[in-house]
Amino acid sequence: MNEALIRSLTPSVLAILVRRGADFAAAEDAVQDALVEAVRVWPGEQPRDPKGWLVTVAWRKFLDATRSDAARRRREDLVDEEPAPGPVPAADDTLQLYFLCAHPSLTASSAVALTLRAVGGLTTRQIAQAYLVPEATMAQRISRAKRTVSGVRFDRHGDVATVLRVLYLVFNEGYSGDVDLAAEAIRLTRQLAAAIDHPEVRGLLALMLLHHARRAARTAPDGSLVPLAEQDRARWDTESIAEGVVILQAALARDRLGEFQAQAAIAALHADAPAAEETDWVQIVEWYDELARLTDSPVVRLNRAVAVGEADGPRAGLAALAELNDSLPRHTAVAAYLHERAGDLATAARLYAEAARKAPNLAERDHLTRQAARLNASRLKRLEGDT
Amino acid sequence: MAKYLLLKHYRGAPAAVNDVPMEKWTPEEISAHMQYMRDFADRLEKTGEFVDGQALAPEGAWVRYDGEGRPPVTDGPFAETKDVIAGWMVIDVDTYERAVELAGELSAAPGAGGRPIHEWLELRPFLTEPPTITE
Repeated sequence: MNEALIRSLTPSVLAILVRRGADFAAAEDAVQDALVEAVRVWPGEQPRDPKGWLVTVAWRKFLDATRSDAARRRREDLVDEEPAPGPVPAADDTLQLYFLCAHPSLTASSAVALTLRAVGGLTTRQIAQAYLVPEATMAQRISRAKRTVSGVRFDRHGDVATVLRVLYLVFNEGYSGDVDLAAEAIRLTRQLAAAIDHPEVRGLLALMLLHHARRAARTAPDGSLVPLAEQDRARWDTESIAEGVVILQAALARDRLGEFQAQAAIAALHADAPAAEETDWVQIVEWYDELARLTDSPVVRLNRAVAVGEADGPRAGLAALAELNDSLPRHTAVAAYLHERAGDLATAARLYAEAARKAPNLAERDHLTRQAARLNASRLKRLEGDT
Repeated sequence: MAKYLLLKHYRGAPAAVNDVPMEKWTPEEISAHMQYMRDFADRLEKTGEFVDGQALAPEGAWVRYDGEGRPPVTDGPFAETKDVIAGWMVIDVDTYERAVELAGELSAAPGAGGRPIHEWLELRPFLTEPPTITE
């Protein structure tokens, strides 16, 4: 009994039922029933075409369920109009599922949960563990999401940007139960890239691969954060980097720039430097200018200030920073860093401590606290040396 | 998708608008209050925003290490100066605005005279894992 095979087949079986007109919740119930049947029957004799088998059984389960349903007439009409089951291009069905799960009527967290459930084939328990909420809560989140999209009929493509936003959220989620959400996001984005020809899908896939490649080097064995400049580049996954760069170059060649391609370009420039001091900061600033033009996000302009600080010196970085609202997340941390590089250690130490208090996560807070402590200790030493 | 702690204090927070100690409420008012809290938690579970919630006993002790080979020191309860936490609830919501909205609803639980207590609740964000993309 091959669990990985079943998991990989589930979304496309679900997608086929939805495309044939089954509403989302009913389709999912039918697929679950079919999976139970597969668990029972397959150990004896696995069908030659497992997916076809699952589609047939799930469709039969769906019909059984809907016949006894109050809405039977309407659904039977639908079934009559439907052509007999036959081979169908799998990509289109799965694609439809992506758009359904990222429907604009869903909140971000519902869209993420539904995507992991329906497209990713994860269990509710796995998703609940990944997001550190009770299983009952996640079950409700998913069933609400299913109800929200239950009336949606697809006659045209949804918005790719919404789908990409959902996948980006999954990738950026740091939590991890027994499911690695970053790897899951890459798997789903790869699948999407195979189904749809769109430069931004490639851009996002490249971005994920380039960041994922650095994962082993991002944290020390004790879990503390290692900043990019101090990472051991030998621990970067060169294969992922090479793949990301190739995908990115092909996307950029299409000349339809989007924010994910621009972000991936920045990540690629970092990945390309054999040592931190050889980073091409001038080109990175240029990419941040492109990115600012595409998104006008204050976070992008904050990151740009860091890059300017590296390319043109800390004073230029501080000047760029001065134009931004100081309530931005990480504004204080960036100011601390630039002040330290400019040699103003007292201000830097004070700002690091302040940034630590505002940090949104433990790893960052510890990192910033250590920076403040390091500067305070060295200042103390210097003062003692003076007397 | 961020978690927040809603913290209910017995003391330490500014006084509630409808500030009558619970032992002076009628039994029906107490039941209505408890029901409100249960309904609130049930509703949040249905919206997929509930994580956890517990009530705490009002009295606790302070405990401190007292050196090698000696039992820990206990002290308190310092009833007049100590902040006392009555209970907490953890929610997982899409936005900070939603967290504030829910805290406001919880603060409207009925108290004496069946009117909302208008008590102050502390709203604290959880520290999260660092995001994968940081630069």
